Amino acid sequence: MRLIQGNEACAEGAIAAGCRFFAGYPISPSSEIAEAMARMLPRHGGVFLQAEDELASLGAVLGAALGGTKAMTATSGPGFSLMQEHIGYGYLAEIPCVVVDVMRGGPSTGLPTQPSQGDVMQAQWGSHGDRAAVVLAPVGVQEVYDLTIQAFGLSETLRMPVTLLFDEVVGHMREGVDLAMDDPMTFGGRPRPSQPAGPSFRPYKANAAGVAELPDFGRGYRFHVTGLMHDERGFPTTDTSVVAALLERLENKAQAAKELVTPETYLMDDATLVLVAYGITGRTAKAAVDALRSRGIRAGLWRPRLLWPVQDEMLRGALQNAEMVVVAEMNRGQWAREVERVTTGSAILRPLLVAGGATITTEEMVGHVLDALEAPGIASPDRVSRGGTGPYANRSSAGAVALESKVVE
Amino acid sequence: MSTVMDTDTAVHGAAGGSVAITGKEKRLLRHAMMPHMLCPGCGHGIVLDAMLSVLSERYEDLDNVAFVAGIGCSSRIIGYIDACTLHTAHGRPLSFATGLKLARPDLTVVVITGDGDGLSIGGNHLIHAARRNVDLTCVLLNNEIYGMTGGQAAPTTVLGAYTSTTPLGNTQHPFDAAELAKAAGATFVARSQSYRPQVFGELFSQALDHVGFSFLEVMSDCTEYFGRTNRFGEGADMLMGQARYEPSIDADLARIPTVEPVTIKQPVRPVLPIGVLHRSSRLTLEETLGIEGGRSSGVADGKLDDAVQRMDG
Repeated sequence: MRLIQGNEACAEGAIAAGCRFFAGYPISPSSEIAEAMARMLPRHGGVFLQAEDELASLGAVLGAALGGTKAMTATSGPGFSLMQEHIGYGYLAEIPCVVVDVMRGGPSTGLPTQPSQGDVMQAQWGSHGDRAAVVLAPVGVQEVYDLTIQAFGLSETLRMPVTLLFDEVVGHMREGVDLAMDDPMTFGGRPRPSQPAGPSFRPYKANAAGVAELPDFGRGYRFHVTGLMHDERGFPTTDTSVVAALLERLENKAQAAKELVTPETYLMDDATLVLVAYGITGRTAKAAVDALRSRGIRAGLWRPRLLWPVQDEMLRGALQNAEMVVVAEMNRGQWAREVERVTTGSAILRPLLVAGGATITTEEMVGHVLDALEAPGIASPDRVSRGGTGPYANRSSAGAVALESKVVE
Repeated sequence: MSTVMDTDTAVHGAAGGSVAITGKEKRLLRHAMMPHMLCPGCGHGIVLDAMLSVLSERYEDLDNVAFVAGIGCSSRIIGYIDACTLHTAHGRPLSFATGLKLARPDLTVVVITGDGDGLSIGGNHLIHAARRNVDLTCVLLNNEIYGMTGGQAAPTTVLGAYTSTTPLGNTQHPFDAAELAKAAGATFVARSQSYRPQVFGELFSQALDHVGFSFLEVMSDCTEYFGRTNRFGEGADMLMGQARYEPSIDADLARIPTVEPVTIKQPVRPVLPIGVLHRSSRLTLEETLGIEGGRSSGVADGKLDDAVQRMDG
């Protein structure tokens, strides 16, 4: 058990997972990850590279990964924006790597350094084109360590970039952490080619899991890797059916993450009021559940560790008996949209959206829920209401009572 | 005289739109990728041919040579080489190559880039790769234009030249790529031409031998856009136009045949020296990192522990 910072736990988890290459560019509030990697990697026979910018950081990471090394970079919002093209590249070319985004307030240079959960949508939709992201969201320092290891497992197994998304509070707070995961290699690792080298070798022929079995560079196989749409040989193609099949395969393989990462549920068995929150917000939400229970409200928490792809069926099942769902997040309504999509009107939605650099306190959550329960229309769970000044403004369905969701500026 | 003959062969090949492949270099071609996508008269095929010729003298196969390229006509030529080839994002091949080289120092890594890819969108990576003296060979094919996107002005387009985005003539000064690389710290800098494939071969060979960041600019012609728009003639005419380049006075150039400068009607294109322009020696990035055979040895001498202790107070 060691008392360390979230960012340091991320570096520790990376080393434990076998990461031996890190390239990064200084940016708050993620810089401690780079600093820790700079100290630790040489001891483990790895390489740390301070790059000239975030584009170079992720480019170098992808190059190192193709050479056969587990590799990672870490950044915050502005740098995450710059990395988007390379995240798309790694996805299409099927190169495993881990990208850490320690969120701060945005857009633009935004709020260095105060917390935010504003990059949730960007983590899925930031790159151009159709792309299925795998994004993990740890709640505290121990989980940063554990999920960093899992991120490498997912990335290697699925051969794709995996994003670890947490915020400034999780990155900077210190907690006691058990730096020994029972089995850090719970995943199968990077798929290796089952075909022999030679002219008929097809690097992008997928295995049963829909994952390409690329060899590392310089191991007796000669093959082409490109960010262009490609066929099984890795050669550029504009054949519409080949391209469509490729996009479908890549999207499908990412869905495996849904089965491999479990959400945290708390007092959900009889809950009719469900708080949905992730990251540091999931932590205050858990305390809010206790506070609401002490007032006789059957509250529960559903906290996703996997933000993307959304575990639709799991979430829908968890919320089927809920009369009211409160999504609390430090933005103006991002994952709340996904919950809205999944519940399709089965419960009243009352998001608590806090953007501006403040965390959401337990007291705010409890107050928000109590206000919501006192509002008219709550007794009829079949009447769906959505409100607020964010993306939910004036979108209540016909006949429903419009409820103002609380937006703390 | 052999130079003239070989140049003629190259000219013929270029004008016919095909790569003049003979002998040993043929086995290094990725035949399945053919036909190639280069335009008739494009100089890039000559460069590819000359490159394969050098490689075929050095290697039986290219199992341990990786080619990394960006986006553009020049970068596409790696697809025709039977090796591990990495066609990266626009401007970023040096970033990918740096990571690959540090992770796999056992590989010979060659970066192929263009003037738009390497000097405009990827200019930052070029100067930093040169600064670090990472042990790579970077070949920049300079055709003075964005060919793949239809002939827009590049950071190398000379003042006054007509392109699709400079209908009134280019108003921006061009970069001197070789001088830029030299100033940024490259330890081997040379310039060559598609007009003199033998000279290119010699310089490419020297660049491969060099330990550290070697930068080789190759002047190559875009007939379809730059040539046509500026009325420089066909592929062969443009190749002959390259004869205006004068060899530098570098001692290495004793081996390089001198060609009398030819006066052409387009005075906007400057006379640039060819040959080895700069050579120096300093620690490579691999050496400063203590990487040997893919392993960092920085810990052995206790330097790191001392440093960490210092930082931890």
